[in-house]
Amino acid sequence: MIRFFQKFRWPDWVILGVLMAFFGYIWFTIEGSLNYSWRWHLIPNYILGWHTTREVYFANILLQGLGATIRISVYASVLALIFGTILGIARCSSNLTIRMLARTYLELLRNIPPVVVIFIFFFFLSQQLIDFLNLERWARGIARQDNNAVWEFFFGEMRRFPSLIAGVIVLALFESAFVGEIIRAGIQSIPKGQREAARSIGMSHGQELRYIVLPQAVRKVVPPLANQFISLIKDSAILSLISVQELTYKTLELVASSRMIFEAWLTTAGFYFVICFGLSRLFARFEKRSDNR
Amino acid sequence: MSDAKPIIEATHLDKFYGDFHALKDIDLTVHQGEKMVICGPSGSGKSTLIRCFNGLEWHNSGTLVIDGIEVHEQSKQMRGLRQEVGMVFQQFNLFPHLTVLENLMIGPMKVRRLTRGQAEETARKYLDRVHIPEQADKYPAALSGGQQQRVAIARSLCMETRIMLFDEPTSALDPEMINEVLDVMVELAHSGMTMVVVTHEMGFARKVADTMVFMEQGEIVEVSSPDRFFTSPSSERCRLFLNQILEY
Repeated sequence: MIRFFQKFRWPDWVILGVLMAFFGYIWFTIEGSLNYSWRWHLIPNYILGWHTTREVYFANILLQGLGATIRISVYASVLALIFGTILGIARCSSNLTIRMLARTYLELLRNIPPVVVIFIFFFFLSQQLIDFLNLERWARGIARQDNNAVWEFFFGEMRRFPSLIAGVIVLALFESAFVGEIIRAGIQSIPKGQREAARSIGMSHGQELRYIVLPQAVRKVVPPLANQFISLIKDSAILSLISVQELTYKTLELVASSRMIFEAWLTTAGFYFVICFGLSRLFARFEKRSDNR
Repeated sequence: MSDAKPIIEATHLDKFYGDFHALKDIDLTVHQGEKMVICGPSGSGKSTLIRCFNGLEWHNSGTLVIDGIEVHEQSKQMRGLRQEVGMVFQQFNLFPHLTVLENLMIGPMKVRRLTRGQAEETARKYLDRVHIPEQADKYPAALSGGQQQRVAIARSLCMETRIMLFDEPTSALDPEMINEVLDVMVELAHSGMTMVVVTHEMGFARKVADTMVFMEQGEIVEVSSPDRFFTSPSSERCRLFLNQILEY
């Protein structure tokens, strides 16, 4: 730590001083003029609550939200990977109509704000799908059962299942456009000679894609896909707008009921940061290891 | 050679890339068992021509009959035909994500539907034929250029093809590796395979060619036996070209 500070020269100290003064001022404003009383000691209870009658710990509002965010991110990324792969292959299709359709989808999503896209997907698509499949009633049925622990582990509170599914579908459709672009870039990075060699030993178009192009493309797209996964976790916060009970939505609820504006939002920011930063370090390590091979 | 059955017959073949006339009125017949060497300056259309022979490029007009079947862009038979026509590329084009053995097995297994055991047997047989059985479990990147090209030849052979096309197979190789590839090709020629080879290796041509073809600017300028081709070519352009490449 001392060696770290020895590297500092006078401009570094000036910058550091200015920053500290700035944050100090903000701190002072909150303390003084807003007359805000910090209640950090209440936050742990909203993460892991103590059930006084049953005498057990239970996941309280923030941890529930975190759980939902993780579930949604995992399911949505699996779905986005499937849609995205189809989209990426469609973008490289020799058929003009298929290529144009995929391109249209991509350009629409790229040039409309995510919030607007999410509302449109929610009202036009996922809501219709949920009504059509009658998921609402099915989920309520499971929620009423006694031994629904497995369901609850995978999907959280079953009464909220339709909204979770809506969130997953909406997020997956949105992210699939970007996954599709990554897949397309991966496919097109495979030299033409590979396809010609595959064709010259008599492979069909499908075999060529399946045995020669995709296995090679997969290796190239893993790092950008990992980054996209991290983006997806962050983007999932938008789902709070369509009342999906994930971390941001739960934080809004907490803020509304307890008025702990700063504590709640800082805690939530910390959750997102730890997950996303942790994952990005983890992926970086994997990448390094596979490079060494 | 004229008593053998024709296996590739091109008549009045024309090919355009946009406005560029890549192949001009090509008439060429390859007979079963024939070894044909095509040479000519770069851009003369020789690669384009043999790429037409296995459907990597399509001619715009004229007819191309391979093994009794007329092929064109819409023809469904091309895929089946490709299994009979092997191709060796200048840049080897081995599959980098597969080992040498897997490179040889994937065609027979996925296209010819052989079992893994049968495919491996075939693969090892042809790996022996190209003299690198010990490299079976390596990845292509670990092999020298010459070894990679021999694997590529074996990959085509594993499909039990009846015609082999070579598109400048030694042009991307370091000089000391050219001979090991040419040796394999000479052995292949002696086994009776029908071969169409685009190359400037005139030593190889002298050794195995039945027919020499000289192309320039998309046209076939000369078709003759190697004896006549190397001693008294009938066209002036061909003689100039030979002087240039044989001078050193």
